[in-house]
Amino acid sequence: MAEPKKYDTPLLDELEKGAFPSFVTEIKRMADRKPMAADLLGQLENSYRDKIGYWKHGGLVGVMGYGGGVIGRYSAKNEEYPEVSHFHTIRVNQPSGWFYSTEKLRLLCDIWDRHGSGLTNMHGSTGDIVFLGTRTEELEPVFSELTENGFDLGGSGSCMRTPSCCVGPGRCEWALYDTLALTYQLTMDFQDEMHRPPFPYKFKFKMAGCPNDCVASIARADMSIIGTWRDEIKIDAAKLKSEYIDKGVDIQSDVCDMCPTGCMKFDGETLDIDNSNCTKCMHCINVLHHALRPGDDRGACILVGSKAPIVEGALLSSVIVPFIKLETPKEGEDAYPELMDLVERMWDFWGENGKNRERIGEMIQRIGLGNFLEEIEVDPIPEMIVHPRTNPYIFFEEYYEDDDEDE
Amino acid sequence: MADEPAKRITDIGPPHYEQMLPPIVKENLGKWVDHEIVTPGIMYHVSESGAKLHTVRVASPRILSVDRIRDICDLADKHCEGYLRFTSRNNVEFLVSDESKLQPLIDDLNKDPFFVIGGMGNGISNIVHTQGWVHCHSSATDASGIVKCVMDDVHEYFSEKRLPGKIRIALACCLNMCGAVHCSDIAILGVHRRPPRIDDASLSKLCEVPTTVASCPTGAIRPATVDGKESVEVDEDACMFCANCYTVCPSMPLNDPLNDGISIWVGGKVSNARTEPKFSKLAIPFIPNNPPRWPEVTQAVRKIIDVYIAHAKKYERLGEMIERIGWPKFFELTDIEFTKYHIDDFKHAGTTYKTSTHLRY
Repeated sequence: MAEPKKYDTPLLDELEKGAFPSFVTEIKRMADRKPMAADLLGQLENSYRDKIGYWKHGGLVGVMGYGGGVIGRYSAKNEEYPEVSHFHTIRVNQPSGWFYSTEKLRLLCDIWDRHGSGLTNMHGSTGDIVFLGTRTEELEPVFSELTENGFDLGGSGSCMRTPSCCVGPGRCEWALYDTLALTYQLTMDFQDEMHRPPFPYKFKFKMAGCPNDCVASIARADMSIIGTWRDEIKIDAAKLKSEYIDKGVDIQSDVCDMCPTGCMKFDGETLDIDNSNCTKCMHCINVLHHALRPGDDRGACILVGSKAPIVEGALLSSVIVPFIKLETPKEGEDAYPELMDLVERMWDFWGENGKNRERIGEMIQRIGLGNFLEEIEVDPIPEMIVHPRTNPYIFFEEYYEDDDEDE
Repeated sequence: MADEPAKRITDIGPPHYEQMLPPIVKENLGKWVDHEIVTPGIMYHVSESGAKLHTVRVASPRILSVDRIRDICDLADKHCEGYLRFTSRNNVEFLVSDESKLQPLIDDLNKDPFFVIGGMGNGISNIVHTQGWVHCHSSATDASGIVKCVMDDVHEYFSEKRLPGKIRIALACCLNMCGAVHCSDIAILGVHRRPPRIDDASLSKLCEVPTTVASCPTGAIRPATVDGKESVEVDEDACMFCANCYTVCPSMPLNDPLNDGISIWVGGKVSNARTEPKFSKLAIPFIPNNPPRWPEVTQAVRKIIDVYIAHAKKYERLGEMIERIGWPKFFELTDIEFTKYHIDDFKHAGTTYKTSTHLRY
């Protein structure tokens, strides 16, 4: 094996100064023993000098039988930096909630150390573990070692991308459904849709346990599944007094005045919530978390369509199902039948009618939410809109012919 | 007996998360009742049964060497019975079920300057970002470099000082925005400013013309025959340099060191708390790339943070503050120039024009 080349990196060295942990330190650490990481460092320094990246456009590589999971990458300066002439990325499906045993994490490190640059992203934005940089001939060996050890690739291309979720019931008292379990179920049920891209474009699921949405589901998932409740917020009057009133917390100003619907009244002693007007925003619970808890009638709100700007503009997900129960399935039970049926109906319609590279949210914008709902057999309800149309251009679908009047 | 080749294993999905949960989490799954953030990097959760789980959060540059991950595993083995997790913003969390191990873990972390404890509560957690010059073919700027510089500048809000509310900063090295840049309190976005340079000689071999034409949000691309070869041409007046054409057609790159740079966006939020989720809005349209430390970017971000600290009410996010004081006041306080570029001109632009007399004088 070639000795890793030593490069002078005066510009990158500047990024080892300062309090925050440095990615340059990480690359250098591998560059000491990995020629691939060394040449990455050299090429990156070159990019810093020239203010341009030196990677070629894509390239189709992968493992046999899968249409995704590997991002091809080739250096545009492969003569100067031959060790990064191939520098492909492998997406490895993470465990739900990004929980790891050190045993499994070390296993992944060992596999990657044997076959690639030794550099990773923990994690990519979709949620996958990213193995950053290897050659085409290493892809099958890495894949074999991963699957022999219970791991698999994530998604890339026009497929179901790797679902991800918040920490949920793993640690959070506000997990209003089991985000970990649902994420795992979707991943396992739709393995084919993940590994063999069948769709017009990508489709992302993100599971958030509550409306705080710590995984930014509403901003970047085609289907956002956000936990919520529909009964009363539980108030522990004793804790409200001991933890907040007695400690001088200004409940009126910090909590009641900031409630989006003004449904809270505080008289100095008792907090009164008109739950029928509560829109489950989580602010009062966030602030008074020792005393307030979400209700017990729990489930999720399903919103659809969010995406980044390309092509037709950024979108936030919009309400399709205001409330759905998401009980974690017991042994032998069908898992989330209502949700899975909805997903299939959406995929069937979008799969047939979406244009090339059209996200489901863009298709909905193009054909109209009303038409979309009709096609997936979901009734329109006012919860789905901010307000009804203001323009009078209504596509009435039926009218009488002149003869009909006589009948 | 002949050796049979091992059967190729596929479609098995990730390992079940149950294998990865520390016993205290397995035993208390879904039974957590409360939490307390003790310091900006240390919190504990308590369950119905009285179990107490401490979490120590530590920054990471997202790019981690396997050797560093092994170091982190060593600490988790020593203090956390071999369990840990990562967060949705790329931080590391040590899960400490034995409270007596908490201080020893903190002491070990403090021995290594790489480990910065913090990122919880109303402060600045880590910057979600993309690949930049480290790996991406379409980046207008580097990602990790700017993240490092900005976090170096604001790290006190990661590890120590508090803010009225969270500031979530995200960075995307181009308009593909491979992270939630479009809904961040402060977003840093790489931009191009010059139309694609078309390589007519290779285009018909590398690109599918209809797909390329369809890729343009403004319809600026049309088929063309150049020197007898099938190619495309760009109506440069209709091009806003989004580079989606390059994503589908390698023969029309936009990367340009002379003209690429950075824009800054403000006021986005993803949570539903108090107010509905919001998109980030343009604050600064263009700052030139100035590696390795991008001082103009860090200064611009710092100025916005200072204005936020000075004017936000308790619990208010930056976008909520701006909506309360008004955008004119925001531009005045931050001393950022308002230009024609700040006014929307894509679809739905009309809905952003001010159609009332609600003005402050």
